[in-house]
Amino acid sequence: MTTTARAKVPFRRQLLRLAETVTTPLLPADYLDLVAPLRAGAALRGRIVEVRPETRDAATVVIQPGRGWRGHLPGQYVRLGVDVDGVRQWRAYSVTSVPGGADRRITVTVKAIPDGKVSNHLVRRIRPGTIVQLDQAQGDFVLPEATPERILFLTAGSGITPVMAMLRAGLPARADVVLMHSAPTRDDVIFGPELRALAARGGLRLIERHTDTDGLLGVHELDDLVPDHPQRQTWACGPVGLLDAVEEHWASRGVADRLHTERFRPTVISPGEGGTVTFTDAGVTVEADGATPILDAGENAGVLMPSGCRMGICFGCVVPLRQGAVRDLRNGDLTTAVPGDGVLIQTCVSAAAGTCDIEL
Amino acid sequence: MTVIQKKAVNPIAHLTAEDIEIIGKELDAIRDRVIVDRGERDARYIRKVIKTQRTLEISSRAVLLFSLFPPAWILGTAGLAVAKILDNMEIGHNVLHGQWDWMRDPKIHSTTWDWDHVSPADQWKHSHNELHHRYTNVLGKDNDLGYGIMRVDEDQPWSPGHLGQPFYNLLNACFFEYGIAAYDLELGENLRNGGHKAPEFRARAKAVGRKIRRQVLKDYVVHPLLSGPSFLTTLAATFTANLIRNLWSHSVIMCGHFPSGVETFEKTSIEGETKGEWYLRQMLGSANISGPRLLHIMTGNLSYQIEHHLFPDLPSNRYQEIAPQVRALFDRYGLKYTSGPLPKQVASAWWKIIRLSLPNRKRKAPKTVAPAPLVSAGA
Repeated sequence: MTTTARAKVPFRRQLLRLAETVTTPLLPADYLDLVAPLRAGAALRGRIVEVRPETRDAATVVIQPGRGWRGHLPGQYVRLGVDVDGVRQWRAYSVTSVPGGADRRITVTVKAIPDGKVSNHLVRRIRPGTIVQLDQAQGDFVLPEATPERILFLTAGSGITPVMAMLRAGLPARADVVLMHSAPTRDDVIFGPELRALAARGGLRLIERHTDTDGLLGVHELDDLVPDHPQRQTWACGPVGLLDAVEEHWASRGVADRLHTERFRPTVISPGEGGTVTFTDAGVTVEADGATPILDAGENAGVLMPSGCRMGICFGCVVPLRQGAVRDLRNGDLTTAVPGDGVLIQTCVSAAAGTCDIEL
Repeated sequence: MTVIQKKAVNPIAHLTAEDIEIIGKELDAIRDRVIVDRGERDARYIRKVIKTQRTLEISSRAVLLFSLFPPAWILGTAGLAVAKILDNMEIGHNVLHGQWDWMRDPKIHSTTWDWDHVSPADQWKHSHNELHHRYTNVLGKDNDLGYGIMRVDEDQPWSPGHLGQPFYNLLNACFFEYGIAAYDLELGENLRNGGHKAPEFRARAKAVGRKIRRQVLKDYVVHPLLSGPSFLTTLAATFTANLIRNLWSHSVIMCGHFPSGVETFEKTSIEGETKGEWYLRQMLGSANISGPRLLHIMTGNLSYQIEHHLFPDLPSNRYQEIAPQVRALFDRYGLKYTSGPLPKQVASAWWKIIRLSLPNRKRKAPKTVAPAPLVSAGA
């Protein structure tokens, strides 16, 4: 004889279902969001606690993340969705705080770039109390479990931010650490006083390069500045030009495996030809030029595009290309689809290379 | 191609084709100025309205849990009626128009929004945004003209069935959301021509059924049950709130296109229509309601029906701001900007329904033989 054990629906779940019948067509969450936007179970958000100026064009933004925040590793970045002039904009910023603080707060440090919509808003305009959208921390620009004996950090401008999180988290005393950092002037060095204090205590060797007076760093200079750099595990973060030169240099020495880079922006190698892009489900058609990512073209036309890191690494923006051709802005690769296909493309690094139908 | 006038008095006889294109350019300029300026202030506005609506809805429903006490019944019913009106008019109608899509907030977007209404959002968007706004007041194309059951223009042929239309209109007003759902399904037409057997129609009808079930379960089962001893009074309260919402939205929508002074158009008039001519049709085919700010919010700013029809996707809070510029344009080109207080416009629309339930009286104006697109629905 068999007995059937009826799966018991948890009481909480039953209560939620009842609540849903009352709040339809909305969800109970829509009401809870009014009073507790940071509660557990809500879409991940954060509240701006404080904005601290760092340099004339950089500031540290202190954020209280919602209960759903799962923490980060030093060096990882977080995507922030910020409403600028009423329009939601997503950008990725390195987390600069040490994981696991008692108040559970995180910080990102933002440098206002000329014409940068979001960076200028965060540095100069955003007010404490504002709610921003968050994603969980991601990225593999992190130190390995076993910290290497000899490390070189090669950074420029806001490229110091992921490295700062690693330095703040603390490196083993035995580690031999060199930080080679470039900024226009001494005063433009983000975290300048903190880094110099750390160097004075012997925690690292700090080489500052003030590019307004000394010019941009050439990779060949590393032979003099850090003669043993090919032997060091290197983490590099900065503008595209620097990273390209560094990657080439490390490859030419045959030690590319010791180099770890973080890019904040995709490198545009080869623009597409442009074309008419149709978002079939939304019923929207736009003319996009060959330099505009399909993600931007869609957003500008009011299509609700999924998006992620906006630099081709997180795959949060992937949608099917039903037919047509797109060009990868990073390497010029052409991807084509014929009717019936559903080739998945990353819209943030793909531009139209002819007429395209996107299923969205 | 300039539209030609059939009636004795042609409201646009004095306009040249160039005038019409210039009007179009001026309207484009008004629109562009709003789009450039659109931003944080507008975003704050819609979020505030949504927050107000949700707070009002949840607190009114909470008060109705004690609806056995008459003051609670009155307060809760009034609050719920206002919340439902805000949901349908200033929020639902306008979000579903895509007026707030530019914010890129997935929670306030025409593709994700749903409203407190028995017609599913996607079906309403098709019949309203794609058909009504495109073919505004074109006889035989715009089903909003009499909703396919009533005669609202002298040029629609009369039949004895129209004698009952004042009664149908009242019935439609009381159960307006069901009327809209049937209308979005093109139920009458589909029943007549056998379209109701098509799988596509059945899928849509099923979606409406699901929506009705959820709405009924909420308003007439769960909420009254939660009220315990106040079951019956809460049931009466939710019914009354729905009735008030229906009567209100029906009145507002009737005022948009039915009052006297509003023009209707023939199918042929829109063949090869230019952007300027499309704008002109919207200008002549709509009527505004004048009144205080609160009235405009409660009508979802459809009291600025003219501005809404010219720019269906501009944020609703902007219609009031651009109205003086639009009105000045009407004046400059000698066009009639139809507007009046709510009671007057409602009475005017109702009078038309009653008058046209009877056959036309003999008219003096001769019918032209040539394509004759523009006809006046005015008395």
